[in-house]
Amino acid sequence: MRKPLRWLKAHLRWPKPSALIPLIAFAYVAVIILLPALEVVVGALGKGLEPFLQNLHSEELISAVKMTLLMALIAVPANTIFGLAAATAIARRQFPGKALLLSIIDLPFSISPVVVGLMLVLLYSPSNGLFGDVVNSLGWKIIFSWPGMALATIIVTFPFMAREVIPLLEEEGWDQEEAARTLGASNWQVFWKVTLPSVRWAVLYGLILTTARALGEFGAVSVVSGNIAGQTQTLPLFVEDAYKQYQTELAYGAALVLGGVALVSLLLKLLVEQMIGGLKDDQPIN
Amino acid sequence: MVSLAAGRRAGAGLPSWLRLSWSWRITWLYLALVLFLPLGAMALKAAAVGPVQFWELATTPEAIATYKISFGLSFVAALLNGVFGLVIAWALVRCRFPGRRLLHALIDLPFALPTAVAGLALASIYSTNGWLGAPLKALFGIEVSFTWLGVAIAMVFISLPFVVRSVEPVLEALEIDQEEAAWCLGASPRQTLVKVVLPQLMPAILSGVAQGYSRAVGEYGSVVMISSNVPFKDLITPTLIIQKLEEYDFASATVIGMVMLAFSLVSLVVINGLQVWGRHWEANPTTAA
Repeated sequence: MRKPLRWLKAHLRWPKPSALIPLIAFAYVAVIILLPALEVVVGALGKGLEPFLQNLHSEELISAVKMTLLMALIAVPANTIFGLAAATAIARRQFPGKALLLSIIDLPFSISPVVVGLMLVLLYSPSNGLFGDVVNSLGWKIIFSWPGMALATIIVTFPFMAREVIPLLEEEGWDQEEAARTLGASNWQVFWKVTLPSVRWAVLYGLILTTARALGEFGAVSVVSGNIAGQTQTLPLFVEDAYKQYQTELAYGAALVLGGVALVSLLLKLLVEQMIGGLKDDQPIN
Repeated sequence: MVSLAAGRRAGAGLPSWLRLSWSWRITWLYLALVLFLPLGAMALKAAAVGPVQFWELATTPEAIATYKISFGLSFVAALLNGVFGLVIAWALVRCRFPGRRLLHALIDLPFALPTAVAGLALASIYSTNGWLGAPLKALFGIEVSFTWLGVAIAMVFISLPFVVRSVEPVLEALEIDQEEAAWCLGASPRQTLVKVVLPQLMPAILSGVAQGYSRAVGEYGSVVMISSNVPFKDLITPTLIIQKLEEYDFASATVIGMVMLAFSLVSLVVINGLQVWGRHWEANPTTAA
Protein backbone atom coordinates (compact mmCIF):
# COMPACT_ATOMS: atom_id res chain seq x y z
CA MET A 1 0.00 0.00 0.00
CA ARG A 2 2.86 2.39 0.78
CA LYS A 3 4.50 1.96 -2.55
CA PRO A 4 1.99 3.94 -4.66
CA LEU A 5 1.98 6.75 -2.08
CA ARG A 6 5.75 7.01 -2.04
CA TRP A 7 5.76 6.94 -5.80
CA LEU A 8 3.12 9.67 -5.92
CA LYS A 9 5.09 11.89 -3.53
CA ALA A 10 8.28 11.42 -5.43
CA HIS A 11 6.66 12.38 -8.70
CA LEU A 12 4.29 15.10 -7.58
CA ARG A 13 7.22 17.32 -6.71
CA TRP A 14 8.43 17.06 -10.28
CA PRO A 15 5.38 16.90 -12.50
CA LYS A 16 7.26 15.51 -15.48
CA PRO A 17 5.16 14.32 -18.43
CA SER A 18 6.25 10.77 -17.63
CA ALA A 19 4.36 10.98 -14.35
CA LEU A 20 1.53 13.17 -15.57
CA ILE A 21 0.43 10.77 -18.27
CA PRO A 22 -0.29 7.84 -15.94
CA LEU A 23 -1.96 10.23 -13.50
CA ILE A 24 -4.29 11.66 -16.14
CA ALA A 25 -5.03 8.15 -17.38
CA PHE A 26 -5.87 6.97 -13.88
CA ALA A 27 -8.02 10.01 -13.07
CA TYR A 28 -10.07 9.58 -16.24
CA VAL A 29 -10.54 5.85 -15.74
CA ALA A 30 -11.41 6.40 -12.07
CA VAL A 31 -14.20 8.85 -12.85
CA ILE A 32 -15.59 6.91 -15.80
CA ILE A 33 -15.06 3.27 -14.80
CA LEU A 34 -13.60 2.60 -11.35
CA LEU A 35 -15.95 4.69 -9.19
CA PRO A 36 -19.12 3.37 -10.88
CA ALA A 37 -17.82 -0.20 -10.41
CA LEU A 38 -17.18 0.45 -6.72
CA GLU A 39 -20.63 2.03 -6.42
CA VAL A 40 -22.20 -1.32 -7.33
CA VAL A 41 -20.22 -3.12 -4.64
CA VAL A 42 -20.99 -0.51 -1.98
CA GLY A 43 -24.64 -0.28 -3.00
CA ALA A 44 -25.11 -4.03 -2.70
CA LEU A 45 -22.95 -4.71 0.37
CA GLY A 46 -23.19 -1.32 2.13
CA LYS A 47 -25.55 -2.70 4.75
CA GLY A 48 -23.56 -5.87 5.23
CA LEU A 49 -23.59 -9.30 3.69
CA GLU A 50 -26.81 -10.39 5.41
CA PRO A 51 -29.28 -8.09 3.57
CA PHE A 52 -27.49 -8.83 0.29
CA LEU A 53 -27.96 -12.58 0.75
CA GLN A 54 -31.55 -11.96 1.83
CA ASN A 55 -32.16 -10.11 -1.44
CA LEU A 56 -30.87 -13.07 -3.39
CA HIS A 57 -33.79 -15.12 -2.08
CA SER A 58 -36.30 -12.92 -3.90
CA GLU A 59 -38.44 -15.21 -6.03
CA GLU A 60 -38.37 -12.91 -9.03
CA LEU A 61 -34.62 -12.66 -8.86
CA ILE A 62 -34.22 -16.43 -8.78
CA SER A 63 -36.51 -16.80 -11.76
CA ALA A 64 -34.49 -14.08 -13.55
CA VAL A 65 -31.28 -16.01 -12.83
CA LYS A 66 -32.80 -19.17 -14.30
CA MET A 67 -33.97 -17.31 -17.40
CA THR A 68 -30.52 -15.78 -17.86
CA LEU A 69 -28.83 -19.17 -17.56
CA LEU A 70 -31.29 -20.62 -20.09
CA MET A 71 -30.31 -17.88 -22.57
CA ALA A 72 -26.64 -18.70 -22.17
CA LEU A 73 -27.29 -22.46 -22.33
CA ILE A 74 -28.97 -22.03 -25.71
CA ALA A 75 -26.84 -19.30 -27.23
CA VAL A 76 -23.36 -20.49 -26.25
CA PRO A 77 -23.48 -24.05 -27.71
CA ALA A 78 -25.32 -22.88 -30.82
CA ASN A 79 -22.80 -20.11 -31.46
CA THR A 80 -19.88 -22.44 -30.75
CA ILE A 81 -21.05 -24.86 -33.42
CA PHE A 82 -21.54 -21.97 -35.85
CA GLY A 83 -18.23 -20.39 -34.97
CA LEU A 84 -16.28 -23.59 -35.53
CA ALA A 85 -18.14 -24.42 -38.74
CA ALA A 86 -17.63 -20.91 -40.11
CA ALA A 87 -13.97 -20.93 -39.12
CA THR A 88 -13.20 -24.28 -40.77
CA ALA A 89 -15.14 -23.20 -43.86
CA ILE A 90 -13.70 -19.72 -44.26
CA ALA A 91 -10.32 -19.46 -42.58
CA ARG A 92 -7.96 -21.24 -44.95
CA ARG A 93 -9.58 -20.56 -48.27
CA GLN A 94 -9.19 -17.60 -50.50
CA PHE A 95 -12.33 -16.86 -52.48
CA PRO A 96 -13.97 -13.78 -53.94
CA GLY A 97 -16.06 -12.01 -51.32
CA LYS A 98 -14.18 -13.44 -48.36
CA ALA A 99 -13.68 -10.00 -46.81
CA LEU A 100 -17.37 -9.26 -47.35
CA LEU A 101 -18.41 -12.50 -45.65
CA LEU A 102 -16.18 -11.71 -42.67
CA SER A 103 -17.78 -8.27 -42.44
CA ILE A 104 -21.24 -9.85 -42.56
CA ILE A 105 -20.31 -12.11 -39.66
CA ASP A 106 -19.17 -9.02 -37.74
CA LEU A 107 -22.39 -7.17 -38.52
CA PRO A 108 -24.18 -7.82 -35.18
CA PHE A 109 -21.41 -5.89 -33.42
CA SER A 110 -22.27 -2.72 -35.30
CA ILE A 111 -26.07 -3.01 -35.27
CA SER A 112 -27.77 -1.48 -32.23
CA PRO A 113 -29.16 -4.23 -29.96
CA VAL A 114 -32.52 -2.45 -30.10
CA VAL A 115 -32.56 -2.80 -33.89
CA VAL A 116 -31.75 -6.51 -33.52
CA GLY A 117 -34.80 -6.88 -31.27
CA LEU A 118 -36.90 -4.82 -33.67
CA MET A 119 -35.95 -7.08 -36.59
CA LEU A 120 -37.13 -10.13 -34.65
CA VAL A 121 -40.42 -8.44 -33.77
CA LEU A 122 -40.96 -7.54 -37.44
CA LEU A 123 -40.27 -11.18 -38.36
CA TYR A 124 -42.14 -13.17 -35.72
CA SER A 125 -44.69 -10.86 -34.07
CA PRO A 126 -48.10 -12.62 -34.32
CA SER A 127 -49.88 -9.38 -35.25
CA ASN A 128 -47.33 -7.54 -37.40
CA GLY A 129 -44.55 -9.96 -38.19
CA LEU A 130 -43.64 -11.20 -41.65
CA PHE A 131 -44.08 -14.77 -40.39
CA GLY A 132 -46.91 -13.82 -38.01
CA ASP A 133 -49.44 -16.08 -39.72
CA VAL A 134 -47.05 -19.04 -39.78
CA VAL A 135 -46.22 -18.55 -36.11
CA ASN A 136 -49.91 -18.30 -35.25
CA SER A 137 -51.00 -21.36 -37.21
CA LEU A 138 -48.24 -23.44 -35.62
CA GLY A 139 -49.30 -22.19 -32.21
CA TRP A 140 -45.78 -21.03 -31.39
CA LYS A 141 -44.96 -18.16 -29.12
CA ILE A 142 -41.69 -16.52 -30.07
CA ILE A 143 -42.03 -12.82 -29.26
CA PHE A 144 -42.61 -12.10 -25.56
CA SER A 145 -41.34 -15.58 -24.82
CA TRP A 146 -38.05 -17.42 -24.37
CA PRO A 147 -37.49 -18.53 -28.00
CA GLY A 148 -37.42 -14.91 -29.17
CA MET A 149 -35.16 -13.92 -26.32
CA ALA A 150 -32.80 -16.80 -27.04
CA LEU A 151 -32.73 -15.83 -30.72
CA ALA A 152 -31.94 -12.23 -29.78
CA THR A 153 -29.11 -13.42 -27.54
CA ILE A 154 -27.76 -15.65 -30.31
CA ILE A 155 -27.72 -12.81 -32.85
CA VAL A 156 -25.94 -10.42 -30.54
CA THR A 157 -23.25 -12.94 -29.54
CA PHE A 158 -22.56 -15.10 -32.59
CA PRO A 159 -19.58 -13.19 -34.02
CA PHE A 160 -17.37 -13.74 -30.94
CA MET A 161 -16.42 -17.38 -31.52
CA ALA A 162 -15.91 -17.07 -35.27
CA ARG A 163 -13.74 -13.96 -35.05
CA GLU A 164 -11.52 -15.54 -32.38
CA VAL A 165 -10.99 -18.84 -34.18
CA ILE A 166 -10.65 -17.63 -37.78
CA PRO A 167 -7.39 -15.66 -37.42
CA LEU A 168 -5.70 -18.44 -35.47
CA LEU A 169 -6.71 -21.07 -37.99
CA GLU A 170 -5.42 -18.87 -40.80
CA GLU A 171 -2.09 -18.64 -39.04
CA GLU A 172 -1.75 -22.37 -38.46
CA GLY A 173 -1.86 -23.56 -42.04
CA TRP A 174 -2.87 -26.92 -43.50
CA ASP A 175 0.21 -29.06 -42.85
CA GLN A 176 -0.98 -31.04 -39.85
CA GLU A 177 -4.41 -31.70 -41.35
CA GLU A 178 -2.74 -32.85 -44.57
CA ALA A 179 -0.52 -35.20 -42.61
CA ALA A 180 -3.48 -36.63 -40.71
CA ARG A 181 -5.39 -37.21 -43.96
CA THR A 182 -2.41 -38.87 -45.56
CA LEU A 183 -2.32 -41.23 -42.60
CA GLY A 184 -5.94 -42.16 -43.33
CA ALA A 185 -7.94 -40.00 -40.92
CA SER A 186 -11.51 -39.12 -41.86
CA ASN A 187 -12.69 -35.50 -42.03
CA TRP A 188 -14.41 -35.88 -38.68
CA GLN A 189 -11.30 -37.37 -37.08
CA VAL A 190 -9.14 -34.61 -38.50
CA PHE A 191 -11.49 -32.01 -37.07
CA TRP A 192 -11.65 -33.53 -33.58
CA LYS A 193 -8.06 -34.66 -33.23
CA VAL A 194 -6.10 -32.05 -35.17
CA THR A 195 -8.04 -28.88 -35.94
CA LEU A 196 -9.91 -28.44 -32.67
CA PRO A 197 -6.93 -29.05 -30.37
CA SER A 198 -4.82 -26.60 -32.36
CA VAL A 199 -7.31 -23.79 -31.75
CA ARG A 200 -8.37 -24.76 -28.24
CA TRP A 201 -7.25 -21.51 -26.61
CA ALA A 202 -9.10 -19.41 -29.14
CA VAL A 203 -12.20 -21.56 -28.55
CA LEU A 204 -11.88 -21.06 -24.80
CA TYR A 205 -11.44 -17.32 -25.31
CA GLY A 206 -14.49 -17.24 -27.57
CA LEU A 207 -16.49 -19.23 -25.01
CA ILE A 208 -15.67 -16.70 -22.28
CA LEU A 209 -16.63 -13.71 -24.42
CA THR A 210 -19.82 -15.34 -25.72
CA THR A 211 -20.97 -16.43 -22.26
CA ALA A 212 -20.26 -13.06 -20.66
CA ARG A 213 -22.19 -11.20 -23.33
CA ALA A 214 -25.05 -13.72 -23.37
CA LEU A 215 -25.52 -13.39 -19.61
CA GLY A 216 -25.41 -9.60 -19.75
CA GLU A 217 -27.32 -8.73 -22.93
CA PHE A 218 -29.96 -6.11 -22.32
CA GLY A 219 -31.21 -4.15 -25.33
CA ALA A 220 -32.06 -6.89 -27.80
CA VAL A 221 -33.63 -9.15 -25.16
CA SER A 222 -35.52 -6.20 -23.70
CA VAL A 223 -37.34 -5.53 -26.99
CA VAL A 224 -38.56 -9.10 -27.53
CA SER A 225 -39.12 -10.20 -23.92
CA GLY A 226 -42.07 -8.05 -22.88
CA ASN A 227 -40.31 -7.95 -19.51
CA ILE A 228 -42.88 -9.99 -17.56
CA ALA A 229 -41.56 -10.31 -14.01
CA GLY A 230 -41.07 -13.90 -12.94
CA GLN A 231 -41.52 -15.18 -16.52
CA THR A 232 -39.59 -13.51 -19.31
CA GLN A 233 -37.25 -11.41 -17.21
CA THR A 234 -33.52 -11.99 -17.37
CA LEU A 235 -31.15 -10.70 -14.71
CA PRO A 236 -30.15 -7.50 -16.59
CA LEU A 237 -33.84 -6.74 -17.21
CA PHE A 238 -34.49 -7.38 -13.52
CA VAL A 239 -31.85 -4.80 -12.58
CA GLU A 240 -33.58 -2.11 -14.63
CA ASP A 241 -37.08 -3.08 -13.49
CA ALA A 242 -36.17 -3.13 -9.79
CA TYR A 243 -34.39 0.21 -10.16
CA LYS A 244 -37.37 1.80 -11.90
CA GLN A 245 -39.68 0.57 -9.14
CA TYR A 246 -37.45 2.06 -6.44
CA GLN A 247 -36.43 -1.38 -5.11
CA THR A 248 -32.89 -0.07 -5.13
CA GLU A 249 -31.41 -2.75 -2.88
CA LEU A 250 -32.77 -5.55 -5.04
CA ALA A 251 -31.39 -3.80 -8.11
CA TYR A 252 -27.96 -3.53 -6.52
CA GLY A 253 -28.05 -7.15 -5.37
CA ALA A 254 -28.75 -8.37 -8.91
CA ALA A 255 -26.22 -5.91 -10.32
CA LEU A 256 -23.52 -7.25 -8.02
CA VAL A 257 -24.24 -10.81 -9.14
CA LEU A 258 -23.85 -9.70 -12.76
CA GLY A 259 -20.81 -7.63 -11.89
CA GLY A 260 -19.26 -10.69 -10.24
CA VAL A 261 -19.83 -12.70 -13.41
CA ALA A 262 -18.23 -9.90 -15.43
CA LEU A 263 -15.24 -9.84 -13.11
CA VAL A 264 -14.78 -13.61 -13.34
CA SER A 265 -14.97 -13.45 -17.13
CA LEU A 266 -12.42 -10.64 -17.14
CA LEU A 267 -10.01 -12.61 -14.95
CA LEU A 268 -10.45 -15.76 -17.05
CA LYS A 269 -9.78 -13.68 -20.14
CA LEU A 270 -6.55 -12.30 -18.71
CA LEU A 271 -5.55 -15.83 -17.67
CA VAL A 272 -6.14 -17.21 -21.16
CA GLU A 273 -4.29 -14.24 -22.67
CA GLN A 274 -1.29 -15.12 -20.49
CA MET A 275 -1.52 -18.78 -21.50
CA ILE A 276 -1.59 -17.82 -25.18
CA GLY A 277 1.27 -15.38 -24.63
CA GLY A 278 3.25 -18.10 -22.83
CA LEU A 279 2.61 -20.60 -25.59
CA LYS A 280 3.71 -18.15 -28.22
CA ASP A 281 6.92 -17.46 -26.35
CA ASP A 282 7.64 -21.16 -25.97
CA GLN A 283 7.10 -22.25 -29.51
CA PRO A 284 7.64 -19.67 -32.23
CA ILE A 285 5.02 -19.84 -34.95
CA ASN A 286 6.43 -21.69 -37.94
CA MET B 1 -1.24 -25.74 -50.06
CA VAL B 2 -4.86 -24.75 -50.54
CA SER B 3 -4.97 -25.85 -54.15
CA LEU B 4 -3.47 -29.20 -53.17
CA ALA B 5 -6.21 -29.73 -50.60
CA ALA B 6 -8.89 -28.63 -53.02
CA GLY B 7 -7.62 -30.96 -55.71
CA ARG B 8 -7.55 -33.97 -53.41
CA ARG B 9 -11.24 -33.92 -52.50
CA ALA B 10 -12.85 -34.29 -55.90
CA GLY B 11 -14.44 -30.95 -56.67
CA ALA B 12 -16.25 -32.05 -59.82
CA GLY B 13 -15.10 -28.94 -61.63
CA LEU B 14 -16.71 -26.50 -59.22
CA PRO B 15 -14.57 -23.81 -57.63
CA SER B 16 -13.61 -24.90 -54.15
CA TRP B 17 -15.80 -22.38 -52.34
CA LEU B 18 -18.96 -23.56 -54.13
CA ARG B 19 -18.56 -27.19 -53.07
CA LEU B 20 -20.76 -27.15 -50.02
CA SER B 21 -19.08 -29.10 -47.30
CA TRP B 22 -20.81 -29.56 -43.97
CA SER B 23 -19.09 -26.55 -42.47
CA TRP B 24 -20.35 -24.35 -45.31
CA ARG B 25 -23.88 -25.70 -45.00
CA ILE B 26 -23.99 -24.94 -41.28
CA THR B 27 -22.49 -21.50 -41.84
CA TRP B 28 -24.99 -20.45 -44.50
CA LEU B 29 -28.04 -21.99 -42.78
CA TYR B 30 -27.14 -20.31 -39.51
CA LEU B 31 -26.45 -16.93 -41.10
CA ALA B 32 -29.74 -17.20 -43.03
CA LEU B 33 -31.76 -17.97 -39.90
CA VAL B 34 -30.22 -15.52 -37.47
CA LEU B 35 -29.13 -12.68 -39.75
CA PHE B 36 -30.49 -12.61 -43.30
CA LEU B 37 -34.09 -13.49 -42.37
CA PRO B 38 -34.46 -10.77 -39.70
CA LEU B 39 -32.65 -8.21 -41.91
CA GLY B 40 -34.88 -9.16 -44.84
CA ALA B 41 -38.02 -8.86 -42.73
CA MET B 42 -37.11 -5.34 -41.70
CA ALA B 43 -36.18 -4.32 -45.25
CA LEU B 44 -39.49 -5.69 -46.58
CA LYS B 45 -41.50 -3.93 -43.87
CA ALA B 46 -39.64 -0.71 -44.59
CA ALA B 47 -40.22 -1.07 -48.34
CA ALA B 48 -43.94 -1.54 -47.69
CA VAL B 49 -44.07 1.90 -46.06
CA GLY B 50 -43.32 3.66 -49.35
CA PRO B 51 -40.68 6.31 -50.00
CA VAL B 52 -42.78 9.42 -49.29
CA GLN B 53 -44.12 8.19 -45.99
CA PHE B 54 -40.69 6.74 -45.16
CA TRP B 55 -39.15 10.18 -45.48
CA GLU B 56 -41.94 11.75 -43.41
CA LEU B 57 -41.64 9.22 -40.60
CA ALA B 58 -37.84 9.36 -40.62
CA THR B 59 -37.78 13.16 -40.34
CA THR B 60 -40.50 13.96 -37.81
CA PRO B 61 -39.32 16.68 -35.39
CA GLU B 62 -39.32 14.07 -32.62
CA ALA B 63 -37.06 11.72 -34.61
CA ILE B 64 -34.70 14.51 -35.65
CA ALA B 65 -34.36 15.62 -32.04
CA THR B 66 -33.28 12.08 -31.09
CA TYR B 67 -30.79 11.94 -34.01
CA LYS B 68 -29.20 15.14 -32.73
CA ILE B 69 -28.81 13.66 -29.27
CA SER B 70 -27.73 10.17 -30.36
CA PHE B 71 -25.40 11.09 -33.19
CA GLY B 72 -24.21 14.41 -31.71
CA LEU B 73 -23.49 13.34 -28.14
CA SER B 74 -21.93 10.06 -29.30
CA PHE B 75 -19.59 12.08 -31.49
CA VAL B 76 -18.52 14.25 -28.57
CA ALA B 77 -18.06 11.13 -26.40
CA ALA B 78 -16.01 9.39 -29.09
CA LEU B 79 -13.77 12.44 -29.60
CA LEU B 80 -13.20 12.79 -25.86
CA ASN B 81 -12.21 9.13 -25.77
CA GLY B 82 -9.98 9.70 -28.77
CA VAL B 83 -7.88 12.12 -26.71
CA PHE B 84 -7.98 10.30 -23.39
CA GLY B 85 -7.77 6.88 -25.01
CA LEU B 86 -4.46 7.95 -26.56
CA VAL B 87 -3.21 9.15 -23.16
CA ILE B 88 -4.23 5.86 -21.52
CA ALA B 89 -2.68 3.76 -24.28
CA TRP B 90 0.50 5.82 -23.98
CA ALA B 91 0.57 5.27 -20.21
CA LEU B 92 0.03 1.53 -20.64
CA VAL B 93 2.69 1.04 -23.32
CA ARG B 94 5.36 3.65 -22.62
CA CYS B 95 5.19 4.26 -18.87
CA ARG B 96 6.04 1.97 -15.98
CA PHE B 97 4.14 2.81 -12.82
CA PRO B 98 2.47 0.96 -9.95
CA GLY B 99 -1.09 -0.06 -10.80
CA ARG B 100 -0.39 -0.47 -14.49
CA ARG B 101 -1.91 -3.96 -14.59
CA LEU B 102 -4.97 -2.70 -12.72
CA LEU B 103 -5.39 0.06 -15.30
CA HIS B 104 -5.02 -2.51 -18.07
CA ALA B 105 -7.74 -4.70 -16.55
CA LEU B 106 -10.08 -1.76 -15.84
CA ILE B 107 -10.08 -0.71 -19.50
CA ASP B 108 -11.86 -3.94 -20.42
CA LEU B 109 -14.60 -3.46 -17.84
CA PRO B 110 -17.02 -1.57 -20.12
CA PHE B 111 -16.85 -4.57 -22.51
CA ALA B 112 -17.41 -7.07 -19.71
CA LEU B 113 -19.89 -5.29 -17.47
CA PRO B 114 -23.52 -5.78 -18.54
CA THR B 115 -24.89 -2.45 -19.75
CA ALA B 116 -27.77 -2.50 -17.26
CA VAL B 117 -25.27 -2.70 -14.39
CA ALA B 118 -23.25 0.14 -15.89
CA GLY B 119 -26.42 2.20 -16.25
CA LEU B 120 -27.42 1.58 -12.65
CA ALA B 121 -23.97 2.48 -11.37
CA LEU B 122 -23.58 5.62 -13.49
CA ALA B 123 -27.10 6.86 -12.73
CA SER B 124 -26.52 6.48 -8.98
CA ILE B 125 -23.04 7.90 -8.84
CA TYR B 126 -23.93 10.97 -10.91
CA SER B 127 -27.34 11.54 -9.26
CA THR B 128 -27.68 14.65 -7.10
CA ASN B 129 -26.92 12.63 -3.96
CA GLY B 130 -24.28 10.38 -5.52
CA TRP B 131 -20.51 10.39 -4.93
CA LEU B 132 -19.77 12.55 -7.95
CA GLY B 133 -23.20 14.04 -8.60
CA ALA B 134 -23.50 15.71 -5.16
CA PRO B 135 -20.25 17.72 -5.37
CA LEU B 136 -20.99 18.67 -8.98
CA LYS B 137 -24.40 19.96 -7.93
CA ALA B 138 -23.07 21.77 -4.84
CA LEU B 139 -20.04 23.36 -6.50
CA PHE B 140 -21.23 24.12 -10.00
CA GLY B 141 -24.99 23.57 -9.91
CA ILE B 142 -24.62 20.91 -12.61
CA GLU B 143 -27.02 17.98 -12.71
CA VAL B 144 -25.77 14.97 -14.65
CA SER B 145 -28.15 12.06 -14.11
CA PHE B 146 -31.45 12.36 -15.97
CA THR B 147 -30.11 15.09 -18.26
CA TRP B 148 -28.25 14.98 -21.60
CA LEU B 149 -24.99 15.19 -19.68
CA GLY B 150 -25.73 11.82 -18.11
CA VAL B 151 -26.44 10.39 -21.56
CA ALA B 152 -23.05 11.68 -22.69
CA ILE B 153 -21.32 10.12 -19.66
CA ALA B 154 -22.89 6.72 -20.40
CA MET B 155 -21.72 7.03 -24.01
CA VAL B 156 -18.20 7.89 -22.84
CA PHE B 157 -18.21 4.84 -20.56
CA ILE B 158 -19.32 2.46 -23.27
CA SER B 159 -16.92 3.69 -25.96
CA LEU B 160 -13.80 4.16 -23.82
CA PRO B 161 -12.05 0.82 -24.53
CA PHE B 162 -12.10 1.10 -28.32
CA VAL B 163 -9.41 3.75 -28.85
CA VAL B 164 -7.16 2.28 -26.14
CA ARG B 165 -7.39 -1.21 -27.59
CA SER B 166 -6.83 -0.08 -31.15
CA VAL B 167 -3.88 2.25 -30.38
CA GLU B 168 -2.06 -0.08 -27.93
CA PRO B 169 -0.72 -2.66 -30.42
CA VAL B 170 0.35 0.02 -32.92
CA LEU B 171 2.16 1.96 -30.22
CA GLU B 172 3.87 -1.23 -29.08
CA ALA B 173 5.07 -1.93 -32.61
CA LEU B 174 6.45 1.59 -33.11
CA GLU B 175 10.21 1.59 -33.28
CA ILE B 176 11.69 3.94 -30.73
CA ASP B 177 14.59 4.50 -33.20
CA GLN B 178 12.55 6.96 -35.23
CA GLU B 179 11.86 9.13 -32.22
CA GLU B 180 15.51 8.97 -31.23
CA ALA B 181 16.51 9.92 -34.74
CA ALA B 182 14.15 12.90 -34.65
CA TRP B 183 15.62 13.95 -31.31
CA CYS B 184 19.16 13.63 -32.63
CA LEU B 185 18.24 15.79 -35.59
CA GLY B 186 17.21 18.49 -33.17
CA ALA B 187 13.44 18.07 -33.02
CA SER B 188 11.77 19.15 -29.81
CA PRO B 189 9.68 16.58 -27.92
CA ARG B 190 6.59 18.34 -29.22
CA GLN B 191 7.78 18.23 -32.82
CA THR B 192 8.65 14.57 -32.40
CA LEU B 193 5.16 13.85 -31.10
CA VAL B 194 3.31 15.84 -33.74
CA LYS B 195 5.46 15.00 -36.79
CA VAL B 196 6.76 11.51 -36.06
CA VAL B 197 4.52 9.67 -33.60
CA LEU B 198 1.01 11.00 -34.14
CA PRO B 199 0.91 10.48 -37.93
CA GLN B 200 1.74 6.81 -37.42
CA LEU B 201 -0.91 6.41 -34.74
CA MET B 202 -3.59 8.33 -36.62
CA PRO B 203 -5.20 5.39 -38.48
CA ALA B 204 -5.50 3.45 -35.21
CA ILE B 205 -6.89 6.47 -33.35
CA LEU B 206 -9.47 7.20 -36.04
CA SER B 207 -10.46 3.56 -36.28
CA GLY B 208 -10.92 3.42 -32.51
CA VAL B 209 -12.92 6.64 -32.51
CA ALA B 210 -15.15 5.32 -35.31
CA GLN B 211 -15.74 2.02 -33.49
CA GLY B 212 -16.53 3.82 -30.25
CA TYR B 213 -18.84 6.23 -32.07
CA SER B 214 -20.73 3.40 -33.73
CA ARG B 215 -21.06 1.61 -30.40
CA ALA B 216 -22.21 4.72 -28.53
CA VAL B 217 -24.88 5.52 -31.14
CA GLY B 218 -26.38 2.05 -30.80
CA GLU B 219 -26.05 1.80 -27.02
CA TYR B 220 -29.29 1.37 -25.12
CA GLY B 221 -28.98 -0.36 -21.73
CA SER B 222 -26.77 2.08 -19.86
CA VAL B 223 -28.19 5.20 -21.49
CA VAL B 224 -31.83 4.37 -20.83
CA MET B 225 -31.17 4.17 -17.09
CA ILE B 226 -29.31 7.47 -16.75
CA SER B 227 -31.58 9.39 -19.12
CA SER B 228 -34.98 10.83 -18.20
CA ASN B 229 -36.15 9.65 -21.66
CA VAL B 230 -38.06 12.86 -22.34
CA PRO B 231 -38.48 13.65 -26.06
CA PHE B 232 -36.55 16.73 -27.29
CA LYS B 233 -34.53 16.73 -24.07
CA ASP B 234 -32.44 13.56 -23.68
CA LEU B 235 -34.31 10.84 -25.60
CA ILE B 236 -31.97 8.75 -27.75
CA THR B 237 -32.96 7.10 -31.03
CA PRO B 238 -32.93 3.45 -29.79
CA THR B 239 -35.28 4.40 -26.94
CA LEU B 240 -37.56 6.16 -29.43
CA ILE B 241 -37.77 2.89 -31.41
CA ILE B 242 -38.86 1.05 -28.27
CA GLN B 243 -41.41 3.74 -27.43
CA LYS B 244 -42.85 3.47 -30.95
CA LEU B 245 -43.09 -0.31 -30.58
CA GLU B 246 -44.88 0.10 -27.26
CA GLU B 247 -47.38 2.42 -28.99
CA TYR B 248 -47.87 -0.24 -31.72
CA ASP B 249 -46.56 2.30 -34.25
CA PHE B 250 -44.70 -0.39 -36.18
CA ALA B 251 -44.20 1.76 -39.29
CA SER B 252 -42.35 4.48 -37.39
CA ALA B 253 -40.29 1.92 -35.48
CA THR B 254 -39.31 0.20 -38.73
CA VAL B 255 -38.37 3.41 -40.50
CA ILE B 256 -36.26 4.74 -37.62
CA GLY B 257 -34.73 1.28 -37.25
CA MET B 258 -33.74 1.41 -40.93
CA VAL B 259 -32.06 4.78 -40.39
CA MET B 260 -30.01 3.24 -37.59
CA LEU B 261 -29.21 0.16 -39.67
CA ALA B 262 -28.05 2.34 -42.56
CA PHE B 263 -25.77 4.19 -40.15
CA SER B 264 -24.37 0.86 -38.89
CA LEU B 265 -23.58 -0.27 -42.43
CA VAL B 266 -21.89 3.01 -43.31
CA SER B 267 -19.83 2.98 -40.12
CA LEU B 268 -18.82 -0.63 -40.79
CA VAL B 269 -17.50 0.36 -44.22
CA VAL B 270 -15.67 3.37 -42.76
CA ILE B 271 -14.09 1.31 -39.97
CA ASN B 272 -12.96 -1.37 -42.43
CA GLY B 273 -11.50 1.34 -44.64
CA LEU B 274 -9.61 2.86 -41.72
CA GLN B 275 -8.25 -0.54 -40.74
CA VAL B 276 -7.05 -1.25 -44.27
CA TRP B 277 -5.39 2.18 -44.27
CA GLY B 278 -3.78 1.32 -40.93
CA ARG B 279 -2.35 -1.97 -42.25
CA HIS B 280 -1.07 -0.13 -45.31
CA TRP B 281 0.69 2.29 -42.95
CA GLU B 282 2.28 -0.54 -41.04
CA ALA B 283 3.46 -2.24 -44.21
CA ASN B 284 5.07 0.84 -45.79
CA PRO B 285 4.96 3.87 -43.52
CA THR B 286 7.03 6.04 -45.85
CA THR B 287 4.85 5.85 -48.95
CA ALA B 288 1.45 5.91 -47.27
CA ALA B 289 1.64 9.60 -46.47
